[in-house]
Amino acid sequence: MMYECWLAEIRGISDRKKRMLRKAFGTGKAVYDSDGACSASMDFFTKKDIEILRQAKQQISPEEVRRAQERLGIRFIPFFSEEYPEKISKTADPPYALYVKGSLPPPGRKAVAIVGARRCTPYGEAMALEYGEELARCGAVVISGMARGIDGAGQRGALNGGGRTYAVLGCGADVCYPREHVGLYADILKSGGILSELPSGAPPLPVHFPRRNRIISALSDVILVMEAEERSGSLITADLALEQGRDVYALPGPATSPTSRGCHRLIAQGAGILLSPRELMEELDIQIVKLCKNKEKSKEENKKVLETTENMVYSCLGLFPKSVNELVAATELSAQELLRILAYMEIKGLVREVSKNYYIKARK
Amino acid sequence: MACSFVPSAAITGLRVDMVRVEADVSNGLPMFHMVGYLSSEVKEASERVRTAICNSGIHLPPKKTVINLSPATVKKRGPSFDLPIALSVLQSAQELPPGSLKNTLVLGELSLDGKIRKVKGVLPIVAEAVRAGYDSCILPCENVSEGALAEGIRIIGAESLSQLCRRLKGEEKAQAHIPDRGAQIPGDVPGSASVDYSDIKGQEVVKRASEVAVAGGHNLLLIGPPGSGKSMLASRIPTILPPLSREESMEITKIYSVVGLVDEKCPLITGRPFRSVHHTATKAALIGGGGIPVPGEISLAHGGVLFLDELAEFQRPVLEVLRQPLEERCIRLARSHGNYVFPAGFMLVAASNPCPCGSYPDMTRCRCSPGQVEQYLGRISQPFLDRIDICIEAPAVSYEDLKGAGKAEASAVIRERVCRAREIQERRYKGTEIRTNAMLEGKELEKHCRLGREEERLMEQAFTALGLTARTYHKILKVARTIADLDGDEEIRCFHLQEAVGYRTMDKKYWGRRAR
Repeated sequence: MMYECWLAEIRGISDRKKRMLRKAFGTGKAVYDSDGACSASMDFFTKKDIEILRQAKQQISPEEVRRAQERLGIRFIPFFSEEYPEKISKTADPPYALYVKGSLPPPGRKAVAIVGARRCTPYGEAMALEYGEELARCGAVVISGMARGIDGAGQRGALNGGGRTYAVLGCGADVCYPREHVGLYADILKSGGILSELPSGAPPLPVHFPRRNRIISALSDVILVMEAEERSGSLITADLALEQGRDVYALPGPATSPTSRGCHRLIAQGAGILLSPRELMEELDIQIVKLCKNKEKSKEENKKVLETTENMVYSCLGLFPKSVNELVAATELSAQELLRILAYMEIKGLVREVSKNYYIKARK
Repeated sequence: MACSFVPSAAITGLRVDMVRVEADVSNGLPMFHMVGYLSSEVKEASERVRTAICNSGIHLPPKKTVINLSPATVKKRGPSFDLPIALSVLQSAQELPPGSLKNTLVLGELSLDGKIRKVKGVLPIVAEAVRAGYDSCILPCENVSEGALAEGIRIIGAESLSQLCRRLKGEEKAQAHIPDRGAQIPGDVPGSASVDYSDIKGQEVVKRASEVAVAGGHNLLLIGPPGSGKSMLASRIPTILPPLSREESMEITKIYSVVGLVDEKCPLITGRPFRSVHHTATKAALIGGGGIPVPGEISLAHGGVLFLDELAEFQRPVLEVLRQPLEERCIRLARSHGNYVFPAGFMLVAASNPCPCGSYPDMTRCRCSPGQVEQYLGRISQPFLDRIDICIEAPAVSYEDLKGAGKAEASAVIRERVCRAREIQERRYKGTEIRTNAMLEGKELEKHCRLGREEERLMEQAFTALGLTARTYHKILKVARTIADLDGDEEIRCFHLQEAVGYRTMDKKYWGRRAR
């Protein structure tokens, strides 16, 4: 296996050529030993490729590569392995190999990708959290890219719902990017897994990300785009998903919100519209598990607890942040009074301060 | 008698050293020699003095002239020794009657035609002269009103060397300056008509926050988009600070005098200073610098407001130097030849955009990436933020706010409330080092911010629900104490705490990140 691994590590040769090479030689060791002396029948292999192969033999030691992977706890799953997910191998451009930390998504379960902008609004984030949680609670696995914004929120939601989630990274599976998601990275590994087509230690380069999106969509049965701008990486994922024959759903937002414009475009082009987690699950044939009673009860209680003025302030808030000053104008309360009410509700967990003195409704 | 001396004074930092200008005119090779640890400006005085004397129609005999500025341990700088040197030489050459300069301190720069020019640092020197027991003081005409601020000394203004000589000889009657003290009463802000809180329409939240900040001496951070009137508000904060006392006024005027920022006509600084510093400022500009340090912006803001706009754009090391003065209310500058202590008791008002473009969290306008937003305010160091108790959002000003017909509260009304709250604090902290709630720490904090059972429970809930740290917790207590003082309430109540929660500085790790 270590020679397969060596072949996977080589840069500059496409996945397709690697597959053909491996097929022609039979084993990775044969490729390694061939020393680039390819027969004339392999006309796909140019002189330049042979040179790359020769250099790789000198520069990369198969033994070291294997040891490094063992040390990092990364599993190497090449294209022809039995473990290689069938969903990916059936697509047009499957990666030559996958590097996996943790486990692979179980083949029998419904897999839902939750993707969207890194630059998202609290609305998109809250919805990603909710969808992730509800889907995971009903047994679906959530697949995403662990990026800032929607991706991370969707996966955090899945973990909140007690489900499994899998992240496909645009860097080595041992690299946590973005760094502040180190907690999320660790939590995902507890039940799910981190996947990458890049060898361990690969840095998060911008070119990697559009390519990893094809793996996200390949692994999933449906793609949910929560928030996307008009020109966004999430739309690339949606396009790839359509090519791979996956269903695409998009979450509508305000017509004025630039972060929802991409979603609206998708809906106009025929993507499904996300009305609620329940309706989505009905369409996907996922068994719906009822909300636990405690939760519904607490929502009721919250309503009772709120007094009239507080209720008024609460009703002025939404998922798009409002500043205290806007609230002063809307409620005509004094600054002191309003700050008191907001602090009270914040402590009660009903509202959340997203930036200095900007508040949104918290979703329990 | 060929030897004579004239008293003068030198300023080192803010300290005044009395200097004796001695002159000796005796037989020997004609020469003009100056000694006494002089900087190059003072050495140049020899040319100015000789030419000025000559141009005043006085003929100096070709004799050996030696000038000594004593004590020789004090470095003498600046042009203010020109006049005392000239008078000393003239007296020594018996051009002036002996005893005509008895007990008189002299300051002034000479121009080549014998005119006397204004100098810096007059007020602290004259005040020191009063203490040292001098009867009178000869000053350049332009400095007379400044010198007259010090009571208990006769101030004589001099226009030119020839006029001064005639007076000293008794050929012309010298007119002592009679200061017009009624003209300036500390407390009335010069040009106060130009800025007032009533100019700010709407923006109730920021106005309230600034009132609380001033009442408790808390430092304030305003976060808001460009053009949201952050500077407009900050520049009005001095108008709601308690009025200056005569002593405070004098203290501030002395600092301004040394830097040369005193107005010739109304020298006394009666309004609290407002110093706005650009974010390209260097450390030296801020805290004071130079071989012999000159007071910087923080000392000029003493007793008033130091405004740092675009806080996140300041170089980090520049902000770090503010930490010590914020704590100790003075700045200590160490030099190889000694230490200098300048007062720096200012209220810090800082303003910043929430992100590089300024529109976060309004996603329809903000074009910054999440990383940028997070990094932007993250540039400000935590220890610096620890010294800021109140943080508030300054909203974009709408057209209605700008043209609003509603009558906004005037500064005087707010100031009255502030003064009441300050009085309560003064009474409470009598006999301690503490002056305002912002200075509470450790044991004192526990003693004066004791909470009832219900309040205790609220803070317990807040601690977990809002992810507070010990630091933010203490800040909330201090600010709640101030809010209670504004209400005239002995106890800190739940609603005081709740309002204070709204003013808390978000912990750095949560800035720009939606903590979950």
